[in-house]
Amino acid sequence: MFRRRGDGLIASAMLAPAIAILSIFVVYPLGRAVWLGHLRCDATGRKCRTSGWMQYFDVLRSSDFQHALKVTFVYALLTVPAGLVIGVGLAVLADKQIRGIGFFRTIFSSTVATSVAVASLIWFVLLQPQVGLLPDMLSMFGVMKNPGLLNDAGTALPAIAITSIWANLGFTFIIVTAALQSIPAELFESAMMDGAGGWKRFTNVTIPMLSPTLLFVSVVLVTRAFQAYAEVDLLTKGGPNPERSTETVTYLIYGQTSLVKNDIGLKSTTAVLLFVILLVLSLVQFRSLERRVHYGN
Amino acid sequence: MAGVQLVKVTKNFGSVVAVDDFSLDIADKEFMVLLGPSGCGKSTVLRMIAGLEAPTSGEVFIGDHLMNGVAPKDRDVAMVFQSYALYPHKTVRANIEFPLKTRGVDTKLRAAAVADAAAVLGLADLLDRKPGQLSGGQRQRVALARALVRDPQVFCMDEPLSNLDAKLRGETRSELVALHQRLGSTFVYVTHDQVEAMTMGSRIAVIVAGVLQQVGSPTDVYDRPANIFVATFLGTPPMNIFPAQLFEAGEHSVGVRPEHVRFVDSHSGGVEATIRLVEHLGHEVHVTGVLADGTVVVARHGGEEASPRSGDTVTVSAEARHRHRFDVSGRRLA
Repeated sequence: MFRRRGDGLIASAMLAPAIAILSIFVVYPLGRAVWLGHLRCDATGRKCRTSGWMQYFDVLRSSDFQHALKVTFVYALLTVPAGLVIGVGLAVLADKQIRGIGFFRTIFSSTVATSVAVASLIWFVLLQPQVGLLPDMLSMFGVMKNPGLLNDAGTALPAIAITSIWANLGFTFIIVTAALQSIPAELFESAMMDGAGGWKRFTNVTIPMLSPTLLFVSVVLVTRAFQAYAEVDLLTKGGPNPERSTETVTYLIYGQTSLVKNDIGLKSTTAVLLFVILLVLSLVQFRSLERRVHYGN
Repeated sequence: MAGVQLVKVTKNFGSVVAVDDFSLDIADKEFMVLLGPSGCGKSTVLRMIAGLEAPTSGEVFIGDHLMNGVAPKDRDVAMVFQSYALYPHKTVRANIEFPLKTRGVDTKLRAAAVADAAAVLGLADLLDRKPGQLSGGQRQRVALARALVRDPQVFCMDEPLSNLDAKLRGETRSELVALHQRLGSTFVYVTHDQVEAMTMGSRIAVIVAGVLQQVGSPTDVYDRPANIFVATFLGTPPMNIFPAQLFEAGEHSVGVRPEHVRFVDSHSGGVEATIRLVEHLGHEVHVTGVLADGTVVVARHGGEEASPRSGDTVTVSAEARHRHRFDVSGRRLA
């Protein structure tokens, strides 16, 4: 409790900017989206009629949403574990005090400064069947060159996943590198004295000491995977069709192929459902992984 | 068990010479203390014995085996770190058994060894706790248990008591000495604390600026310091150093321990000093005075004796047998 009335006023004044910003940019849009979720609207979003709160269940049961949700889950499964493993691997490799390592650290972390749009364009060129390097390389191993990885229903999602893994690598690398540098060197030396080789030091010291960071990074990567839009829009536009094999939930909400295009009511319903699913998923991640996480003394 | 031998060992970190042409024989079952001020290179010597640093030149032997190029895990050396370096995510039991687990020791044997080590160090009730739930003293015991569970040839300890409070440090000091006697292993112990060195070591190696100054028993090093550095580093308050002319003929320096400074009658010879500070510590009194030439003199005597007061002018002297003589380069004469 505040000791003096003045303290309460000062505290309120200091909190006011944060409360105002959160209210305007988070609480109001969320509340508005939930409200819009029971409406069907025209293209302007102004002429809406109530469709009932059951609309949430209708969307949940719809084949479009279930298809997009399945694609999104697969996309998360393709991007998160691989992104985490590669990011941690590179960070561990670069966590050495040797000459020139700064160059590699800069290279490995550079994608953090690359926008999704730029990353998508780079990979769009690389994956092009006519001029891209990757199809040529893959064709050498007997993998088909045409119609191209992005145009094949079986390979389009993994191809976008590669883009996403690459784009997120800088983020994972920087966060894990910072965490690695906060592990006391004596713990590794102690493990060396105790007879632990490189792998045992990694599993008995590095991973447990990184666990809070890994939990954080995995939650962020899952969230990013569930919000994937730009890379899908730029690389495949949700296709190839008719399979709609890269149509994620976010693309279902905003994308060109969406059957509910411009209906802000139905889009809000889908967006709120995505929010709830992500919330539940994050809670599940925290609950299931937190037992294995060590937060230090 | 085995002794440790360092032969002309040098360690450079870039252009900095951390340890310079360092040779030392540590006998089997000896409790050797490496003593010196912060940054003198004593921990580097210990880390070279443990294998955590490679010597730039010179040789390190454990027993009869040359250890240059041998990995820490293959040296049969255990180390207790200043911060204890316990694995915070493992229980006390898992911490203690980890060195055995990495060596593929059978589960039953591991459990028995952990129980033994825990019993020796009074940790039996704490085995299922995590280090974060332990006090500093208990963590220190876990670090010791993890070291001794392997039954290594050599124990290396890098200032293991420095994070403990004064009372616990005193208790643990005597426990470590008892543990050394009980195990009969070779202990190499690094400290900057002269009390630890004097009370624990079979011998003390005094190091400054990476150079070994003197090796000897605590009594030898205290009573016959090899040079002015050793003389002034050991002892609280440190030895007084005077120009010889104040007491006798010659160009050398004369050192007198504070406990050997006497207040005498002005007619019986000695040097006049003005008392600036009198510190009563209960069991003893430290009296600080200044000679006419500005030299500071500190005397120490029992608390029951009458002390001069601040501002008094007194005559100080020291018996010839209590005077240590050092040449102009600071080395002991005779």
